[in-house]
Amino acid sequence: MEFLRPVSLAEALEARAAHPDAVPIAGGTDVMVELNFDHRRPAALLDLARVPELFGHSTVDGRIRIAAATPYARIIDELGDRLPGLAMASRTVGSPQIRNRGSVGGNLGAASPAGDTHPALLAAGAEVEIASTRGIRRLPVEEFYLGVKRNALEPDELIIAVHLEPASGPQQFSKVGTRNAMVIAVCAFALALHPKHRRVGTGIGSAAPTPRHAPAAEEFVAGELPWDRPVPLADSLLRRFGELVAEAAAPIDDVRGSAGYRRHALSVLARRTLTWAWTEYSCV
Amino acid sequence: MRVNVTVNGEPRQADDVWEGESLLYALRERLGLPGSKNACEQGECGSCTVYLDGQPACSCLVAAGQAEGREVRTVEGLADGERLDPVQEAFVECGAVQCGFCTPGLLVTAHDLIARTADPSDAEIREALAGNLCRCTGYETILDAVRLAAARKERV
Repeated sequence: MEFLRPVSLAEALEARAAHPDAVPIAGGTDVMVELNFDHRRPAALLDLARVPELFGHSTVDGRIRIAAATPYARIIDELGDRLPGLAMASRTVGSPQIRNRGSVGGNLGAASPAGDTHPALLAAGAEVEIASTRGIRRLPVEEFYLGVKRNALEPDELIIAVHLEPASGPQQFSKVGTRNAMVIAVCAFALALHPKHRRVGTGIGSAAPTPRHAPAAEEFVAGELPWDRPVPLADSLLRRFGELVAEAAAPIDDVRGSAGYRRHALSVLARRTLTWAWTEYSCV
Repeated sequence: MRVNVTVNGEPRQADDVWEGESLLYALRERLGLPGSKNACEQGECGSCTVYLDGQPACSCLVAAGQAEGREVRTVEGLADGERLDPVQEAFVECGAVQCGFCTPGLLVTAHDLIARTADPSDAEIREALAGNLCRCTGYETILDAVRLAAARKERV
């Protein structure tokens, strides 16, 4: 095995192009598990932890750009006010030790349908910034997920950042698991209200081959919400929203839960998160 | 490959490190520091927790090569010579050790919590220790020990 240790983004992209069979590693919280358990023996590891361009965040064209390897702990501490949904999702990742190392770039690279940040990225309308020696491209996050642990990266490409609009309304994230810490989601749901555009963003996790939106639920609720008169929401509206979210999922039975349980739990999470977000919207 | 890393304040060198090897393995098997424990190898149990550049991390999930040029502090580096760290003393006094396998990781995690948070609430202690499993179910005395160490630090 080779251990590639670029110290700049340019070097990392050169190394990626020269070693398409290398596995990129940053926090290591997914990659090292596969190595420790002999599930993977890549020809090379591409260590991204020394590439300064992959850490930190900035504001670009009014959107927040989070460099791909920025650990969850920093997102929670430094971006919780502007990206509450992503920060909430980040808080549910593993444990403090994991959040000190793991990153959104790693979540996207692994492309597990159970990755905690995917629903929040979907609800917020995030874009993924992808680079290679050929140039840079940006992809809406929903186009990035292709299948279970498959994403839209070409072999010579690296995820270098995500871009998200700062929250313009309340955001929520909720996840079902057997305890609070160290849990792989049985299912998860994120919601973002975009009052300026009278839009609602959603994201479903762990209940389909890829993380996905619930488009019918988004359209329904955006049209039905009393945006100008923020009164408590009718139970019928909340229930219908929950049903539409559950219908958007395509869960399977597995060791963590049955498909039926996941659908039911999603409808509950959808109702709850909408209630919480709407209460916050009404109080502002 | 060769890895140069500062461990507990001393520059160390590990040779013949396999590229896919964890920092935990290098610490235990190549640098003679078996304090950090190898239990789950997947970041679930926290027994291998060390400081990496001042932040607690599961050393089983860090590639040894990623530690090149970095600073690592293990449970062996908490005591000041023969004098135990207050967190270690509190664990001894409270009997917060049963089989002892989770203890090194809990000590590093608790040490970090107390360094960062004055007078931590029970909720903060539980959250900080959420990534450290004790299968002897000794959590009550562990919580006692962290509270005691935190209280003593307050008085200093």
